[in-house]
Amino acid sequence: MARTAPAADELLLGFTRALRAAGLAVTADRARAYADAVAVVGLDDRRATYWAGRATLCRGPDDFAPYDRVFCAWFEEAEPPLTERRQQPPQHVLQAPLDDDGGAGGGDGEDDALHAVASDVEVLRHRDVAQLDAAERARLARMFASLRPTTPTRTSYRRRPANRGSVDPHATLRRSLAQLGEPVEIRFRRRSTRPRRTVLLIDVSGSMSSYADALLRLGHRIVTAEPARTEVFTVGTRVTRLTEALRHRDPERALMAAGATVPDWSGGTRLGEALKVFLDRWGQRGMARGAVVVLMSDGWERGDAALLGEQMARLRRLAHKVVWANPHKGIAGYQPVQVGMAAALPHVDEFVAGHSMAAFEQLVRVIGDA
Amino acid sequence: MTASPQELAASLARTGYLCDDALATVAFLALELDRPLLLEGEPGTGKTALAEALAEALGLPLVRLQCYEGIDASQALYDWDFPRQILHLRAVESVAGDSDLEEVEQGLFSERFLLARPVLRALRESPAVLLVDEIDRADDEFEAFLLEVLSTHQVSVPELGTVVAETPPLVVLTSNRTRELHDALKRRCLYHWIDHPSLERELAILRARAPEVPERLAHQVAALVHRLRDADLVKEPGVAETLDWARALHRLGARELDVESAARTLGAAVKHREDVERVRAALDRLLAG
Repeated sequence: MARTAPAADELLLGFTRALRAAGLAVTADRARAYADAVAVVGLDDRRATYWAGRATLCRGPDDFAPYDRVFCAWFEEAEPPLTERRQQPPQHVLQAPLDDDGGAGGGDGEDDALHAVASDVEVLRHRDVAQLDAAERARLARMFASLRPTTPTRTSYRRRPANRGSVDPHATLRRSLAQLGEPVEIRFRRRSTRPRRTVLLIDVSGSMSSYADALLRLGHRIVTAEPARTEVFTVGTRVTRLTEALRHRDPERALMAAGATVPDWSGGTRLGEALKVFLDRWGQRGMARGAVVVLMSDGWERGDAALLGEQMARLRRLAHKVVWANPHKGIAGYQPVQVGMAAALPHVDEFVAGHSMAAFEQLVRVIGDA
Repeated sequence: MTASPQELAASLARTGYLCDDALATVAFLALELDRPLLLEGEPGTGKTALAEALAEALGLPLVRLQCYEGIDASQALYDWDFPRQILHLRAVESVAGDSDLEEVEQGLFSERFLLARPVLRALRESPAVLLVDEIDRADDEFEAFLLEVLSTHQVSVPELGTVVAETPPLVVLTSNRTRELHDALKRRCLYHWIDHPSLERELAILRARAPEVPERLAHQVAALVHRLRDADLVKEPGVAETLDWARALHRLGARELDVESAARTLGAAVKHREDVERVRAALDRLLAG
């Protein structure tokens, strides 16, 4: 295939640079593939140039919007060649763009020893997180290192070699082949266990703001215990995927990254709509399927409580287990009467507290046993 | 083979697969640049059907590898037929006691005991279209393994030697996005997100795929499905559902779509209980448009 003229190469290379500046991960090989593709379809065909770029430079649907913008600006088109899709109806709950740059900053490692006196620790374990002063919060932050999350498991479809179980004809034959066809040794296999996915949905609305720090630390512990099988989202007026941010080993760095990622701290709560966005975008596709889904929220719903109930029912049919951790449940005399909580409760498998270290320990046990 | 995206679109159209020029351009590039084509999109938007249509339009055999959790190399590449190997050994034993050991061993790992699985088959039969369906269901490790095969177009069987495809097969990967694929795999591929088609195109697809359905009915069904896709359902009906629905209505002898016939056959297009309830309640409004 013929290469395009130098001027065209420059034009295309500049375009890939502009895309990189707009946040797309355009690597050199992608840029090269794009130049090759344009050489095939011809630069004068704007539509083909557009589609060739989408096929070679974008990683997924999230990249399409910035790509369209940069394409129009660079090639001086009024609008991108029309995709046939109609415009999406506007939604109240928006999906926040992902921002995976980690915040700077050190902080002390989680392997710091616990210096607190045992009885003090015991008292602090049971204190409501929202009522701690700055020093106590700092001590509590270190206590998270002692949490030992375990991963829930399920029986796998796949069988693995084992010492007992059912006879594995394939392995037995393979073994006997080595003995020139004498079935000397019988091999067995049995179903193994696989980790289940855990999905944490953390409410970061205004009414939960005093718990947000502790809940994110808890999220960080659970993510780092099983990074490949845990997902964390914040829900508020938007749904934001926090998994990448929380994968930093160091809790302080992870929290900084999380802070930079979430755009809607202490906003309102539209749990029902947010849950719908989560289920449409991730949950139904497989993330919630067979997973242990934990909602950490006080159940204050500003939107439609009926929608929340409906979405909770949908979530429960997808998930293996739905756990709701409500900080207020730890307070004596609490009744789940808020409209949101009341609507959600019929669809919750485990309803636990989530206000203190002791409650978090119990929550981690509930997740591990699910 | 094909000189332009338009020509490819035309030959795909002759097989009954109608695609827009975006998809035609990307498929054309995949052919020209020898790159795998990664298709993502909602279920029922014709990802798998594209591979089938490409094979038919180009006159190539289609080799299909359906992925599932736990799939491994022995199901994707090749395996030895152990039972037959053992039978063979026994037969050799009983016929001649003093046969040459080397010869027997070599005979054991020869072509006739090799079970070629889809990837190996595609490399051997190439030029061919290799469809790797629902790659997102397979494990991460399998993805890495596939990446290796796709970038070298060769497979080595230790006992037999290396199989190299003279012309690389056209590889089509599909994913429903149940999980994010590795960037390394995506970088190798041309990526295309297939959307639901426009009303005109969907109608054209309906007319091409289900010519027995009267035009008026086809038009009504396509229009209604389009309105359903805007109705905020749990699962938007895809093109496959449109086809099913139109055929179902036709089989029941409907000449045109009314509330009663639509309600009776709703199960062909809408497959979630909440959706069914919501659509039933709003059917007359949806039909009135």
